Amino acid sequence: MMELARKYFWRALFAVIMAAAAYATFLRFWGGLGASTNLSDRFPWGIWIGFDVLCGVGLAAGGFTLAATVHIFNIKSYRPVVRPAILTAFLGYLLVVVALLFDLGHPYRIWHPLIMWNPRSVMFEVGWCVTLYTTVLFLEFLPVVLEKFRMHAALKIMKAVTLPIIIAGVILSTLHQSSLGSLFLIMPNKLHPLWWTPLLPVLFFISAVATGLAMTIFESWHSAKAFGRHLEYDLVCRMTRVLAVITAVYLTMRFMDLSHRGALAALNQPGIERWMFGLEILLMAVPMLMFFREKTRQHPLAVYLGVVMWLLGFVANRMNVSVTGLERSSGVHYFPKWSEIAVTLAIIGAGFAIFRLAAHYLPVFEEEHKDEGEMAGGPGRIPTLEAAGAQGD
Amino acid sequence: MARGLLYDSTLCIGCRQCEQACSEGKNLPYDDKIAAEERTSAHKLTAVRTHGERFSRKLCMHCLDPACASVCPVAALQKTAAGPVIYLPERCMGCRYCMVSCPFGVPTYEWHSRLPYVRKCDFCQDRVAKNEPSRCAEACPTGATITGEREELLREARRRLAEKPDQYYPRIYGIEEAGGTSVLILSAVPFEQIGYPVNVEKTALPQYTWAALKHIPDVVVMGTVLLGGIHWLTHRKEEVARKEGRP
Repeated sequence: MMELARKYFWRALFAVIMAAAAYATFLRFWGGLGASTNLSDRFPWGIWIGFDVLCGVGLAAGGFTLAATVHIFNIKSYRPVVRPAILTAFLGYLLVVVALLFDLGHPYRIWHPLIMWNPRSVMFEVGWCVTLYTTVLFLEFLPVVLEKFRMHAALKIMKAVTLPIIIAGVILSTLHQSSLGSLFLIMPNKLHPLWWTPLLPVLFFISAVATGLAMTIFESWHSAKAFGRHLEYDLVCRMTRVLAVITAVYLTMRFMDLSHRGALAALNQPGIERWMFGLEILLMAVPMLMFFREKTRQHPLAVYLGVVMWLLGFVANRMNVSVTGLERSSGVHYFPKWSEIAVTLAIIGAGFAIFRLAAHYLPVFEEEHKDEGEMAGGPGRIPTLEAAGAQGD
Repeated sequence: MARGLLYDSTLCIGCRQCEQACSEGKNLPYDDKIAAEERTSAHKLTAVRTHGERFSRKLCMHCLDPACASVCPVAALQKTAAGPVIYLPERCMGCRYCMVSCPFGVPTYEWHSRLPYVRKCDFCQDRVAKNEPSRCAEACPTGATITGEREELLREARRRLAEKPDQYYPRIYGIEEAGGTSVLILSAVPFEQIGYPVNVEKTALPQYTWAALKHIPDVVVMGTVLLGGIHWLTHRKEEVARKEGRP
């Protein structure tokens, strides 16, 4: 009974969000950005850039992180999560493009940077990288489709070109994940000192790698729940340890940078900034401390909550850079209009729905059976999610 | 030689003739209501602002190395040799990065248009290129706004500061702001008191971006070698095993 109620709750929510987004879409393309957003001359970028693009690209970082781990570093135990990570990344990038179509004043000109060059522009570089990397992700995911339809000749060709494709994907990702931070280098006096630093590209890159891991754990959890699979728990534990270490490096660099620039003094200034900064740091530091503890790693639910917290910390960071940190210098307060939120929620919802469909119809999670001989990991404790009493969709 | 514009706010009487001439020249509506709006927008490319007894003008500063032109992914904004920073609407895809990046908050957007464009002062590029005065300079009855060679205007501004030191705040706005601008401004009081941002970086802003962007070719080359090398190392064991006929 509860199960049924939950199922209908999620479906009803999905329907409501999609209906609201449909009307918001009409507002956007009929009435323009003025009718559908709270943006203004003083505050020209809102959550469609701050969340949909900045967070969207970051949350899709699992694709290159895992591809590098397995195909370049040859750490085979991570194999079972590569395909879902690449699928998430591919969907993520496609949805980022959809979001951009909402945000651009002239969406049908989205291809302009490909022929109208300005190599001094970070966004020009991001545009090229994202275009090329989406193609790479398509090629990385293609074998899954070829496998489904048993096209062995094509599979063989794909196998031969895997390495260059993977390397291109890792380099393109390194470039644009960091460049999303570089976007804000041009405003040293507009972006609040708690967030503006010449290290923005480096910090964006490191946090994107960590987010790739966190998202992979997150979706392993949900797909285990949705498809009644066993959670690769040993693997998840290993990933949380790596996540903790990367977070430690990231936070150390963050605070060393703040202290070298003397920006920590900004914490004494009253205002929303220091609280949002504290929130962002706490949401990353608490899960880090949790993951360093053996005790947390023994509790699947604690691991899940930690990962969710970490992802929220990542979102808080990107939103702080793109919204919170720019409010003071703009002199206005920005809060998204309902239609901006509706479109954003619909894009997240569409991501979940398409991932579910693809995972249902394509052999996304099947590699583990084929490669069982190679699988390391040993006879560790592999609790099922039901046993752990997981919550979620 | 690049053209410039000198606005001496001590001579400005707030008559708004510059606003009107600008709007008429750009086929924009202009009436009492718009005249009362003391800020620039998509339908008002220059604005006279009142600060008690004093006035100041807001218009595009036409930076020597403009942030907007450097960030535009499609080069829709360009700094011309003659001085003006111009906008090519047929290239623009509407990302609004120019607006986010401008240290003076100059570019504005046609928010209520279905296919919106960026609007900003283009320094009457059609006239300035022919060494004619801009519309605002031509309309100004007191000579508060004048156009000419930037170098000459700079000399003129320095002369005014030297001749009447008691009437001027001893600085010229636009010499070092954002690495220098084609528009130069004089004031009787510190510039922040008449609405000009004074925390603007004193060097050209695009260099902050370039400091990161210039590393891209190196990252690509080094990254390929590094990743290829790691792949070779980590797959070596399997390769040897295969050659020796082991599974």
